[in-house]
Amino acid sequence: MSDLLWLIPLLPLAGFATNALFRLPKGAAGMAGCAGPAAAFALSVGAWREAPVSQPVFDWFTAGPLSVSFALRADELSSVMLLVVTGVGTLIHVYSIGYMRDDEGFSRYFAYLNLFMFSMLVLVLGDSIVLMFLGWEGVGLCSYLLIGFWYKDLRNADAGKKAFITNRVGDLGFLLGIFCVWQVFGTLDFSRMDPARAGTALEPHALAAAAGLLLFVGACGKSAQIPLHVWLPDAMAGPTPVSALIHAATMVTAGVYMMARMHFLYAAVPGVLELVGAVAVATALLSAVIACAQNDIKKVLAYSTVSQLGFMFAGVAASDGAAGIFHVVTHAFFKALLFLGAGAVIHALGGEQDIRKMGGLGRRLPLVFGVFAAGALALAGAPLTAGFFSKDLILQALLARGWHGSFWLMLAAAALTAFYTTRLVVRVFLGKEEHEHHVHAPGLLLSVPLCILAALSLAGGALLEHPVEGYLARVLGEGPRGGPGTVGTAVSLSTLAFGLGATLAGLLFHVEKGWLRSWLGTPLGRGLARLAERKFWVDEVYEVLVIAPVRMGATAAWFVVDRVIVDFVLIGAAGRISYAAGWVLRLPHTGTVNMALVSFLVGALAILVMLIVRLNA
Amino acid sequence: MTVRDYLVLSAAMFAIGAYGVLGRRNLLILLMSVELMLNGVNIALLAFARVHAATGEHAHVLVLVAMGVAAAEVAVGLAIVIAVFRNRKTVDTGRLGSLRG
Repeated sequence: MSDLLWLIPLLPLAGFATNALFRLPKGAAGMAGCAGPAAAFALSVGAWREAPVSQPVFDWFTAGPLSVSFALRADELSSVMLLVVTGVGTLIHVYSIGYMRDDEGFSRYFAYLNLFMFSMLVLVLGDSIVLMFLGWEGVGLCSYLLIGFWYKDLRNADAGKKAFITNRVGDLGFLLGIFCVWQVFGTLDFSRMDPARAGTALEPHALAAAAGLLLFVGACGKSAQIPLHVWLPDAMAGPTPVSALIHAATMVTAGVYMMARMHFLYAAVPGVLELVGAVAVATALLSAVIACAQNDIKKVLAYSTVSQLGFMFAGVAASDGAAGIFHVVTHAFFKALLFLGAGAVIHALGGEQDIRKMGGLGRRLPLVFGVFAAGALALAGAPLTAGFFSKDLILQALLARGWHGSFWLMLAAAALTAFYTTRLVVRVFLGKEEHEHHVHAPGLLLSVPLCILAALSLAGGALLEHPVEGYLARVLGEGPRGGPGTVGTAVSLSTLAFGLGATLAGLLFHVEKGWLRSWLGTPLGRGLARLAERKFWVDEVYEVLVIAPVRMGATAAWFVVDRVIVDFVLIGAAGRISYAAGWVLRLPHTGTVNMALVSFLVGALAILVMLIVRLNA
Repeated sequence: MTVRDYLVLSAAMFAIGAYGVLGRRNLLILLMSVELMLNGVNIALLAFARVHAATGEHAHVLVLVAMGVAAAEVAVGLAIVIAVFRNRKTVDTGRLGSLRG
């Protein structure tokens, strides 16, 4: 297996090359697009069974003491990510064939998607933080390309740019973090960095803390944590399977993966994890509030993703990684399922995304309703579903750490999760039909991935919790253990939170209880609703604080440098001087034949006079 | 007639030609004036040849060559004048100002 590792990223790259270079008919293009990820999945299973395996492919570059080799490594942590990326990725590729069937950019779509898979697999498999950065930038590029996939609509192109530019902020942090890591460890290879494996202890000092913080800034950008979360909801402008693959299941979890990868760094420096936890809790809670008031089905899911990413970071911060990574796994199942289900709904309604114009779809689309409900239960944390187990691990870890404030806030976020999820299901699938769309049911290519993901969302938690936890512990070590009451407290309280949120939403939106409705009509209720609906005005604040000053600076620079210095002083003066010289030189050139003859004669006479003077001298 | 008389004639022809070249605005007259100047010079040449007869016939040959070249020059000049007239419908140098800078 260890000599086949390089094939895992290479196969999707081959798919990218095929679809980018040749104009295949749609069937062949779809097959070529799916073959790479599917084969990569098969190889990933092999890698997972034999983990840890590593393979140095070639030496990338050497500069002084720095030598970066293109080495791949599948240990317990990366092979779990590998299975999620290739497995969920393959399902989404299959789904995409059905979803994008009528799109004229079909081959381009699969080319981008395969390029994304390649970059993501390099990110996951790279044994060096530089390789991870390479993949990190690659997935960012593909994200940009796919958000703006329908680039003819300017709003989509703008959303792509917003994602790209916001990610640049985070990526600068990541890059600076890499420099600090080099200073701290003297190496950029993960396998040589880990003090547990290298047999050295990492001293906590300022540079290590800076490295941890800067890497977290990078993770904030890629994984949409406050204050860099603004791009992810806009990223929903891309095709829905892209939202499922990149902006829910895989790419946005790269930050969580990176922090888990560097868990030994975070374990060594005090204080940084507390900050990570605080940011994560704030993100989870605030975006859950926002998700309650959104009316676009994909925006609800997008804010939900931001919120769940907050859960993951909280898990990473509290448990040295394992709980966060397990939530990455289950979240990949149910959020991909929810997005694909939303895609099926949007597809069935011919492009409608506003949940106020949906309703009663449960009877028309029973299969979609079923799988969507499965995903919604898992997201809401209904007992025994996948989301329940992973969310519970995070809550337990928070308790075990003794972060009680965070624990209660996350519990509130969990209740809100149940609330907005229930609201979404009720608005879309239950109640009266408030649309005159011609509803058409999804085909086989859409249904099969949905059913597989639904099964994983329901059963994946119970089946995978102990294997994955034990498996990850081999790399990440055992997380903090709580007292005897921890498990019981977390389980019962999270069940309570789920029940509370779901019941409240059911009463409010399905049964439509009068007293709850009337509370929404009070000034306080209206204010809260407006705050959530306007997303806490974060975009507007950025508009004033960041974008407007930059734009003013740019305008000033344009006027002073371009208009005044270049156009007027440099180009203008050069032009004016030559013009004046030309005007002077033009004066004798009257064009009159007689004048020319006169000057000719004068010249001839002058030569004659000169000759005579010479001869007489 | 002495050499001096020939030289006066030659200078007069040259001056009349120069005046014609500088003062008149008709291309044809300009051309004729150039001929006048040329022939004034030819007369001067022959007069000097007479004075210095011992030097042989070099001056005569030179004058004949000058006349031959002048004939060719007039042929080319007239062709240019005709071409100018066809294009511009005029031979007045005052109205041929397209070379003005």
